[in-house]
Amino acid sequence: MSDASKQTSWSKPAAMAIPKGGFFKDKVEQGRYGPIFPKTPACYGFSILAKVIPGREERFYEYARNIEQAVAAQPDCLAVLKLHYLRWVLFPIKGDTYFMYQGIFDTDFDKYTEDAVNLFAATGLRTVFENLEGFPPDWQTNAPAFVKFVREHQCPSFLEYGEYPYVSAEEIKKALRLKAAFSDMLDQMQ
Amino acid sequence: MLEFDDIQHILLMRVPALTGRYEFLSFRNATGGRTWLSAIREKVQSAAEVRASVEQEKRWVTVAFTWNGLRALGVDEASMATFPEEFRQGMVARAEMLGDTGANHPDKWVGGLASPSLHALVILFAGDEAERERCVTEHNKFIAQCRDVEVLSSLDLAAVPPFIYAHDHFGYRDRLSQPVIEGSGEVLTPGSGAPLKPGEFILGYPDEAGPPANLPQPEILSRNGSYMAYRRLQEHVGRFREFLRQNADTPEEQELLAAKLMGRWRSGAPLVLSPTKDDPMLAVDPQRNNDFNYKEMDPQGYAVPLGSHARRMNPRDTAANMNRRRMIRRGATYGPYLPEDAPEDGVERGIAAFVICASLIRQFEFAQNVWANDRNFHELGNERDPVIGNQDGTLEFKIPKRPIRKKITGLPAFTTVRGGAYFFLPGIKALRYLATLGDVR
Repeated sequence: MSDASKQTSWSKPAAMAIPKGGFFKDKVEQGRYGPIFPKTPACYGFSILAKVIPGREERFYEYARNIEQAVAAQPDCLAVLKLHYLRWVLFPIKGDTYFMYQGIFDTDFDKYTEDAVNLFAATGLRTVFENLEGFPPDWQTNAPAFVKFVREHQCPSFLEYGEYPYVSAEEIKKALRLKAAFSDMLDQMQ
Repeated sequence: MLEFDDIQHILLMRVPALTGRYEFLSFRNATGGRTWLSAIREKVQSAAEVRASVEQEKRWVTVAFTWNGLRALGVDEASMATFPEEFRQGMVARAEMLGDTGANHPDKWVGGLASPSLHALVILFAGDEAERERCVTEHNKFIAQCRDVEVLSSLDLAAVPPFIYAHDHFGYRDRLSQPVIEGSGEVLTPGSGAPLKPGEFILGYPDEAGPPANLPQPEILSRNGSYMAYRRLQEHVGRFREFLRQNADTPEEQELLAAKLMGRWRSGAPLVLSPTKDDPMLAVDPQRNNDFNYKEMDPQGYAVPLGSHARRMNPRDTAANMNRRRMIRRGATYGPYLPEDAPEDGVERGIAAFVICASLIRQFEFAQNVWANDRNFHELGNERDPVIGNQDGTLEFKIPKRPIRKKITGLPAFTTVRGGAYFFLPGIKALRYLATLGDVR
C-alpha cells in the first residue's frame, strides 16, 4: 500500500497480525542499519526490553524528572524522533528489575539513529540506558553499537491496532490547528 | 592544523578543469596493483601542492580504492575488518536502501561498476582537451606495461557549454552551497553556517561530536583519508524539457517550474530570495546567493517546494544536526551537449559525481535514504527527490501556491543511476604505505 492510500484510510480502524520475528518475509525493507520493522496501523514503534544493572533503579526515577524538565524547558527537544508517545516502565522478574522503553512514532528508527544518539546525549537519556546490562560504553561515538543494542533488545509486536491507522502526529497536529483556526474564524464572525 | 601536504587535493579544492577522465581499474594480483600504484602515486597531488601551483598546473590526479581494492593490494584481514560495515559491503549491497531499484538497479549498471573486481579509480581533471589526451595516452602506455592491471571502463568528462560557469545538462548552475571546513582557509559566505570540524570530512581530526573515534587501522592508512560515494547519473534531457513544456505554458512558466523542482533558478539564484522571477545578478553574488533559510523565510514552501531537490539535500534550519549530515561534492558532467532545440538523441549524458564524507552511513546514505528517497519526507506522502530520487512514474510533486497548490502526478524519472561505488580516498602517506605493503619493513 502506498503512503498516499494509507493517508486516505484513516477513518477505517485496522489491525495487523505480524509474523513471528516481526517481519513479513516477502517484503522486508532494508534500512541503513539492517532490516526495518514494518509500519503498522499503529505507525512505527519499538518495545525495548533490557535488564537493569542491580542497584541502579533509583537512577531511572531521577532520569524521569530530568526528562520532564528538559521537555518543559524546550518542548520541541524530541521533535526529530517524530513521536506520538513514549512509555517507560520498570517491572520485576524473579527478583531482578527489567526496563521497558516503548515508543510509537512516524519514521523508522534507523532513519534518524544518529540524530537520536545525539539527542539522547543532549537530553539526559544517556543516564538511563547506561544503567542497562550490555549497553555499549562507547555509544556516543559509536552509533552502530547503539543500534545493535537497540535491535538486540527489541521485542517486535505480533499484533498492532490503530483506531485512525497510519495517521502521523504531524497530520493530527495539522487537523487540530485547522480546527482551532475554524473556531477562531467563527468567533470573528459573531 | 590540517596536514595539507598529506590530504589529496580533491578533498579540499576545486580545480579549474574543463575536461577529464575517470578510469576504473582491476588488479589481477597484489604485486600488479602495487606496481601500478607506485608509479601513479607520484602524479597524485596533495592539497598543499595544488594550492601552490594551481595557476600553472594543467592536470590533477586523484586515486581511490574500493574495499575489494584495498584487499587486492594486500591489506591484511585484521586491518580490512576495521573499515566500517557499509564500506565493506559496497554500494551494490546497499542498493535497495539507497533507492537503486528498478531502472537504477545495479544489474543495469555499466562499466563494470557493480563488479566485485572493481578495485581502483583514477580521476584525471584537465585544463583542456590537449592535456587530457596527453595524460590518457601516457597512462595507457603505462597500463600496457602493467600486465596485471586491467581497465574495466573509463568515462570521458566534458563541461556543458557555455563554459563560463559550471552547470549540468539540464542547465542548473552547480557548485553552490558547499560546506566550509575549519582550518581550510576557505572563505565563509553569508548563510553557509559556521565552519565544520574537519573530522566531518577528513579522517583523523575531531568532528562535530568530538575527538576522532573508530578509525580504520593502522593509523597511517586512515589518517587524512576520506570516503567517496561515486554516482554516475544519466540525465534525460529530452524528457526533462518535454516535461517542462507539458506542464507550463510559457517559457517564463517553464523556467519557474524548473526552479521549483530544484529550489533555485537555473541561473543559481535562490527561490527563497527571488521567488517570482530569476535574478542572474543574485545568482553570482556569493555574499547573497546562499544567505537564506527555510524555517523562518519559507516555512510552507511557497517559494521552494518542500520536496524540491535543494530543500531535500540541504534542509538548512529545518533538519536536526545538519552539521553531521553535510557532504562535499566534486565531479563533472559527461556526454555531448544536447542543443536547446534538438530532439532527444538517445546518447547518454549526465553527471559523474563524488560525494565526499567521513561516514558514508551517516552522511551520504542518510541523504540518499531519508532526504532523497523517503516518500514521506516533510509529510509529503507520495514524493521523492524530483531530480535524483527513484522515480517510477507513480509519484507526484506538489508546488505550494495560494490559494490552491499545484500537484503534478506521474512525475517521470529525469535521471537514471548508471553506476556507482564506494571508494576510500587515502592520504598521500597512505598511498605510499599501500604501494609498499609487500616490502620488508
